[in-house]
Amino acid sequence: MDNALAANHTHEAGETHEHVFVPQHRHHFETEQQQREAGTFGMWLFLLTEIMFFGGMFFAYLLYRNWYNPAFVAASNQLSIPLGAFNTAVLIGSGFFMALAVWAAEVRKKSLLVLFLAITTLLGFTFLGVKYVEYHEKWEKHHIPGEHFDVSEFVNPKAFGLKETPLAPDMAAKTQVFFSLYFAMTGMHALHMIIGIVLLFWLMYRSQRGDFSSGYVAPIENFGLYWHFVDIVWIFLFPLLYLINRHP
Amino acid sequence: MSTTIVRLPDQATAQMPKRSYLNNEHGLLSWLLTGDHKRIAILYLISISFFFLLGGIFAGLIRLELLTPQPDLMASDTYNKMFTMHGVVMIFLFLVPSVPATLGNFLIPIMIGAKDLAFPKINLLSWYLYMVGGVLTLAALVLGGVDTGWTFTTPLSTHYLNTNVVTAATAIFIAGFASIFTGLNFIVTIHRMRAPGMTWFRMPLFVWANYAASILMVLGTPVLAITLVLVALERTIGIGVFDPTKGGDPLLFQHLFWFYSHPAVYIMILPGMGVISEVISTFSRKRVFGYTAVAFSSVAIALFGFFVWAHHMFIMGVSNYSALVFSLLTMLVAVPSAIKVFNWSFTLQKGSITFETPMLYAFAFIGLFTIGGMTGVFLGSLGMDIHLTETYFIVAHFHFVMVGGMLMAFLAGIHFWWPKMTGRMYPESFSKLSAVTSFIGFNLTFMPQFVLGYLGMPRRYHAYPAEYQVLNVLSTAGATVLGIGFLLPLLYLGWSLKYGKIAGNNPWQATGLEWQIQSPPLTENFTEIPVIDYEAYDYEWLAHKTEQEVTVG
Amino acid sequence: MHISPVLWQFLVKWLNSSALFPREASTIAPYTDALYFFLLLITVVGLVLVGALVFGFALRYRAERHPVAEQIEGSTLLEATWTIIPLALFLVTFVWGALLYFRIYTPPANAMNIYVVGKQWMWKAEHPGGQHEINALHVPVGRPVQLTMISQDVFHSFSIPDFRVKREVIPGRYSTVWFQATEPGTYHIFCTQYCGTQHSGMIGEVTAMTPEDYKKWTEQSTSGMSLAQNGERLFASMGCNSCHSGNAASRGPNLAGVYGSKLQLANGSQVLVNDAYLRDAILNPSQHVTAGYSPIMPTYQGQISEDGLIDLVEYIKSLDSNYRVQQTLTTSDSSNQAAPNTPGMVKP
Repeated sequence: MDNALAANHTHEAGETHEHVFVPQHRHHFETEQQQREAGTFGMWLFLLTEIMFFGGMFFAYLLYRNWYNPAFVAASNQLSIPLGAFNTAVLIGSGFFMALAVWAAEVRKKSLLVLFLAITTLLGFTFLGVKYVEYHEKWEKHHIPGEHFDVSEFVNPKAFGLKETPLAPDMAAKTQVFFSLYFAMTGMHALHMIIGIVLLFWLMYRSQRGDFSSGYVAPIENFGLYWHFVDIVWIFLFPLLYLINRHP
Repeated sequence: MSTTIVRLPDQATAQMPKRSYLNNEHGLLSWLLTGDHKRIAILYLISISFFFLLGGIFAGLIRLELLTPQPDLMASDTYNKMFTMHGVVMIFLFLVPSVPATLGNFLIPIMIGAKDLAFPKINLLSWYLYMVGGVLTLAALVLGGVDTGWTFTTPLSTHYLNTNVVTAATAIFIAGFASIFTGLNFIVTIHRMRAPGMTWFRMPLFVWANYAASILMVLGTPVLAITLVLVALERTIGIGVFDPTKGGDPLLFQHLFWFYSHPAVYIMILPGMGVISEVISTFSRKRVFGYTAVAFSSVAIALFGFFVWAHHMFIMGVSNYSALVFSLLTMLVAVPSAIKVFNWSFTLQKGSITFETPMLYAFAFIGLFTIGGMTGVFLGSLGMDIHLTETYFIVAHFHFVMVGGMLMAFLAGIHFWWPKMTGRMYPESFSKLSAVTSFIGFNLTFMPQFVLGYLGMPRRYHAYPAEYQVLNVLSTAGATVLGIGFLLPLLYLGWSLKYGKIAGNNPWQATGLEWQIQSPPLTENFTEIPVIDYEAYDYEWLAHKTEQEVTVG
Repeated sequence: MHISPVLWQFLVKWLNSSALFPREASTIAPYTDALYFFLLLITVVGLVLVGALVFGFALRYRAERHPVAEQIEGSTLLEATWTIIPLALFLVTFVWGALLYFRIYTPPANAMNIYVVGKQWMWKAEHPGGQHEINALHVPVGRPVQLTMISQDVFHSFSIPDFRVKREVIPGRYSTVWFQATEPGTYHIFCTQYCGTQHSGMIGEVTAMTPEDYKKWTEQSTSGMSLAQNGERLFASMGCNSCHSGNAASRGPNLAGVYGSKLQLANGSQVLVNDAYLRDAILNPSQHVTAGYSPIMPTYQGQISEDGLIDLVEYIKSLDSNYRVQQTLTTSDSSNQAAPNTPGMVKP
């Protein structure tokens, strides 16, 4: 993202650098190497802020899971493992294709790069689609926190044809805390996915234009870091939210 | 060799350079789309001045209302909105970006010998985010205000108020990202862009201080961001993370909020400390006493600063053990500040001291910050905190550190680097007058508040028992003087843009890299990247250099 | 901390008469003030020291007198000095402050208990004898008083500056504070945590009275029903007695003498039964099941007001034997809708 102006940036005639001139190099960096290192370093720092961002919610999760463990178990068992596992696989797959995209950029294969980015995007959409299905199910069951939240399924699971142990009403009410965190955490994660997909479209456009076909791979690489980070957040979310105390 | 340190140069011969960052390009768009860190610094300077003025007006109205014990100037709701907006505007839109986004933005690349910050476009984005945050804050104000207090305490903010909480929270969320990006830019720049020979321990202390503050911005702000997201979600769709009726814990909000907001005060004060180090060294023509200790104390403050947040919650029923730990850590974080104060004092020893305006502000800083810091120890001490917290003692302590410390440092810095930023000198006599006026006004405003606090007057009170009136009148009177002290610079600095004396490259005979280039600097700062072969604050090197220039000339 | 009483009296009287210092009206106040004066002292000494250094050096080494600066790197010895001395002082402050903290927040065992409920924007005080006050609190001097406080809505904070005590009043949990008034008189109660529009109106007065006056006041202002009596009615009307009947075969545990005991819970942990535990067990019973009982108690979250909970807690505290419980059982058996004046605390 450092070089959008690179194309129309002109070096002054008198300025000479020891390195080979590359179009993406911005003149306030001494060398292109320095620019690349700065970009990567900046990206890692940004990911650190992201960790702190999600960290706040993980902290809340830790607290309430300890307080309201039975409610967390019961509410977690309402989530669909097949859908969650499928989504995990989808994200790992998209991470794999993202890595391939970085490789394609490094070996300067334009069409492969675009293809891999497209697959990554597609998998991103798949993830969001599945997430939509899951959210919709929660909506129908009145498991969205707020005024219409309904605990009857946890108090009286038999009436719903479930084999869960019923929760005492006071504990059942705490499932709302679980779902609050579930929606906040997966919602924030989904928001990061959406931002990622928007960026993917932009990268695909630029790859198509040939921006990354001459050895300049920093944006692809840095976006890759971001995308992997979003994957990793999910790798934590999946067991924490879906797999509490499951007994086959 | 005689080491006569050259006195202030003859400015009659100084001329404005033909080409500088100011006149390199013309037109509004060349400013609004600039990538130049110096121009972005100026954009920031203009916008934070506006918000400072706005926050100051709120402060004035608050003091005016408190002139009498009865509620008479405005209704309670209005008063509550006033102090909320005063807090939000001053903290998130003035203090947090004040020194880093203006002086830091302008100077850090130059001080380490770089042509710009690592990510100029992110730097510009940061200013736009700040502006969006500012406009949203104004929107919250115009749409009817918000009265949560700047602390957004739940469940008050989530369930019991029908004002524009979400708008204000969004504003702070967005302005928070401006601060994250500034910090990120600084850290990357300082790590990766130093000129050859500019080792870590040759960097000016201003850079060290901003580096420490940047760490806090990058790690602390996201936690505030997510906390505000949760507050907004709780208000809009009704999730239950902080809501006691749904099983949530309102104390969790306090923990998350103060996890940012305590380090935030170090974000605000650390860059100010950096300014003071530069100013004191320059006007005593002497290397800062114990450079390494001052540098490390900045980093120590930043690190310890992350582990003291619960001292805001001593009376809220945190467990005894955590109260003990947090009180102890609070005591420890006070030590590096004490070290700094003594190091600054001893920098003066055997110096050759002159008393230009920045130096006066720096003296004011040392005195007021000592009081502000020591009263912080009062509050960090568990038993004492019970009586003092949530009273005017807190208000006075906070303003001593933030206004007496940070704002004085900011003004010291603005005056100190004004010649570099604009190429012109500010009028010395007026500025000395304003420094003295604001010092007197400040003490008159906030000293009585310590007494009021110990008497027990609670903060955020619209009406108060009549026996507290005398001290409140004193405080309001002081605020008037303080207001004049702060308005003056706005006027004469504006005047000096056109009529000020031309400054020349190095009016203070300071050693920093920024003083070795023309004022105002070129867009690319350096015509060739400097190679640094001398320590920071090496006045002998400077004298030698000047001598050579004279002989060559 | 022992301070010369004569000097202390003189100092405090002088400060009081100049209206710059709050009255010292509790046993805690002198301890708090002692720490305050210690801190003031080190602040002033520190300030004078820094001021002397800055002004001394500034005059001695001003450019006119000292045109050439001597470059000094620093001095490890000096720097160690001003690291260690402040650190030592701060550590003294820490220990002193911590001792004071525990003194202020650890009530003596013989303290009399008064309940305080905070809500936007008033303080309700409820004495065990059934005296109810709004924005006022009557206490005897010379006797430790513990306040058990809770908020019905947002955060409040209960502060009596002249007693040097303050504690946050939080929704959803009891917090306590204690004091022992020394001087009869009236003193301010403030809410110090910002709580909305009328925050500054959430003030009241605490009246400290001689024991005789206090006795008179309690007799005159009682509503006729002690909190425990109110609680007893509530206990019956909510049907608590049907399970907590005290019989060996009853479905709920025996409540007589439960207060203050160590209770073994079904989840294996052991708890001390205090006010907070009782309140929590009524609202979130499934987390507080006594060992040997099944988790069948419904939650009363949202069904009993904080005042009602206080009545119930006070009732359970007062149960030494099951005699009273049996009594409620017989009354509610004999006439099913017994009391026409079922306490109004029960929300519909």
